[in-house]
Amino acid sequence: MTSTDISNQPSLLRRLISGDAQQKLLAFASLVLLLIGFSIASPNFMQVSNIIAILQASSVNGVLAIAATLVIITGGIDLSVGTMMTFCAVIAGVVLTYAGLPLPFGILAAILAGAFCGLCSGTLVAKLKIPPFIATLGMMLILKGLSLVISGTRPIYFNETAGFDLISRGSIIGYFFPSLPIPNGVLILFLVAISVSYILSRTVLGRYCFALGSNEESVRLSGVNTDRWKMAIYALSGAIVGIGGLLIASRLNSAQPALGLGYELEAIAAVVIGGTSLSGGRGTILGTLIGALIMAVLINGLRILSVAQEWQTVVTGVIIILAVYADMMRRRKSG
Amino acid sequence: MNMLNRRTFVSTIVGLALVASAPFALADDKKMYIPLISKGFQHQFWQAVKSGADQAAEEFGVDITFEGPDNETMVDRQIDMLSAGLAKKPAAIGFAALDSQAAIPLLKQAKKAGIPIVAFDSGVESDIPVSTATTNNVAAAALAADKMSELIGGKGKVAIVAHDQTSRTGIDRRDGFMNRMKEKHPGIEVVSVQYGAGDQLQSTEISKSILTAYPDLKGMFGTNEGSAIGVVNGARESARKGLIIIGYDSGAAQKKAIMDGLMAGAITQNPVGIGYETVKAAVMSARGEKVELLIDTGFYYYDAKTINDPKIAAVLYD
Repeated sequence: MTSTDISNQPSLLRRLISGDAQQKLLAFASLVLLLIGFSIASPNFMQVSNIIAILQASSVNGVLAIAATLVIITGGIDLSVGTMMTFCAVIAGVVLTYAGLPLPFGILAAILAGAFCGLCSGTLVAKLKIPPFIATLGMMLILKGLSLVISGTRPIYFNETAGFDLISRGSIIGYFFPSLPIPNGVLILFLVAISVSYILSRTVLGRYCFALGSNEESVRLSGVNTDRWKMAIYALSGAIVGIGGLLIASRLNSAQPALGLGYELEAIAAVVIGGTSLSGGRGTILGTLIGALIMAVLINGLRILSVAQEWQTVVTGVIIILAVYADMMRRRKSG
Repeated sequence: MNMLNRRTFVSTIVGLALVASAPFALADDKKMYIPLISKGFQHQFWQAVKSGADQAAEEFGVDITFEGPDNETMVDRQIDMLSAGLAKKPAAIGFAALDSQAAIPLLKQAKKAGIPIVAFDSGVESDIPVSTATTNNVAAAALAADKMSELIGGKGKVAIVAHDQTSRTGIDRRDGFMNRMKEKHPGIEVVSVQYGAGDQLQSTEISKSILTAYPDLKGMFGTNEGSAIGVVNGARESARKGLIIIGYDSGAAQKKAIMDGLMAGAITQNPVGIGYETVKAAVMSARGEKVELLIDTGFYYYDAKTINDPKIAAVLYD
């Protein structure tokens, strides 16, 4: 079979194992192998309660990673997702605990606060032409400081808001299927993933997201208002971070104002393990989701095996490098 | 070729994880297993707690693991560690809560499963823990206040560089020091309390600005290792002579500062004892024996004269 044949009649199998599908397959296969490996190594790993713990551990990082994926596909980077998450949680605390408003207002406020912060980053990047690394580094510090200022450096508890802890800890699935108490936080992660996947693959916003990352200049020259689209993508990313803020606040039943620094790097790690290119123009939400799960499975599994903590960190670092290198090798060969 | 490469990578990834973990996986079969979920891991203080825990583990013939998040803000990471610890079906758990409220659902789960919880370092605001092994920080900071008063002659201005304003230890040490000054030493005024997150550099800058603001300041109290080193650095960089500095905990730098006379003395907790008592209480409650609800692990004041006293040297760490 020659190459012309392939391009003329791409068989289903060929299509499945090529391009992005191949990357997803690689990441997915690693995830499955990790699961099998840990199950063999420890009888305590493959229990319903532990799998649920893994899913729950990946819910916040997963949502942040999805938000980061959007910005990274445009060729940018977002260092502010961790502290922005905290900021949104604090805003929810102000609205619900300080102002005593009902739950829906808190949810809305957190998401809008995220969207607004994202819009600010987007404006800095698109209009003022500040490099994304610097703009979001600035935002990271601004939001960290503001979280501390607004909360008076004390955690804000949600004890008075009935149902707030159910956002992450409750289980709608468990209500219908008592044997599967999957927390709502995990359900929300998957809903966010499906929605953003849809936006990326089926909407104009998604198309411009990839186009900006591949070749911004040619998009601009074809008469598109690239600044506006870029700002919209940053705002969407921020709104998703707002959801992450709600998830972590609900899980801890409090907004912890000092938390958040370092979470951006774990989100970015999940994104790159999932095969999204840091140079932009390419990436998938499914990949990011798998990336976040790989990280959560790895850390949980190593803990279950009682691997010393210092080695857990080393192994995680090695995995990130291997995952990205494997992806590069494959790309170099195929392209 | 392409396929082969990919397989190699995937299997390397998995292989590496398993090879790294295999020796540990074999160990935890018959012996009683107790995970300790700490507030931190990398600081010398926590390493000293760990060494006490290891000592008790050997003595009682149990297996332990010691884990804690990278820094004391990562409440959710600590919760993940606790839930992984529970999944291992341990005999008991040692737990130093970063935020006690956030951990309650998991602690309830442990209680339901019949796994006793021993709190250490800082208490958990709940009746679930069968015991709490901790330093009485209020009394320890009050002792620091007494020593400060003695050294500056009962009157003058002093300042506090604290490690944080939200955690139990931060609050207790600050209030223990300030309240004792108010009650017993009316001639002394605490003119400034600032927070440096236990970060040496940040505490240094804070100390320098306090020293600039109060040229007549007589003494400073640093509420943990990082804060105390910061105060020493700040006084050194501002070339301030004759300032009485009292620190907290130990560590090589702090011990040297005391030996060199830069620091008057420090309060030391007994981290080794905290670790030891935690594991001991965990073993006893797992065996169904009765344990004390509160275990005071003790504290001492030490200075250049007493630093080599065997009783004190035993609880200091580098």
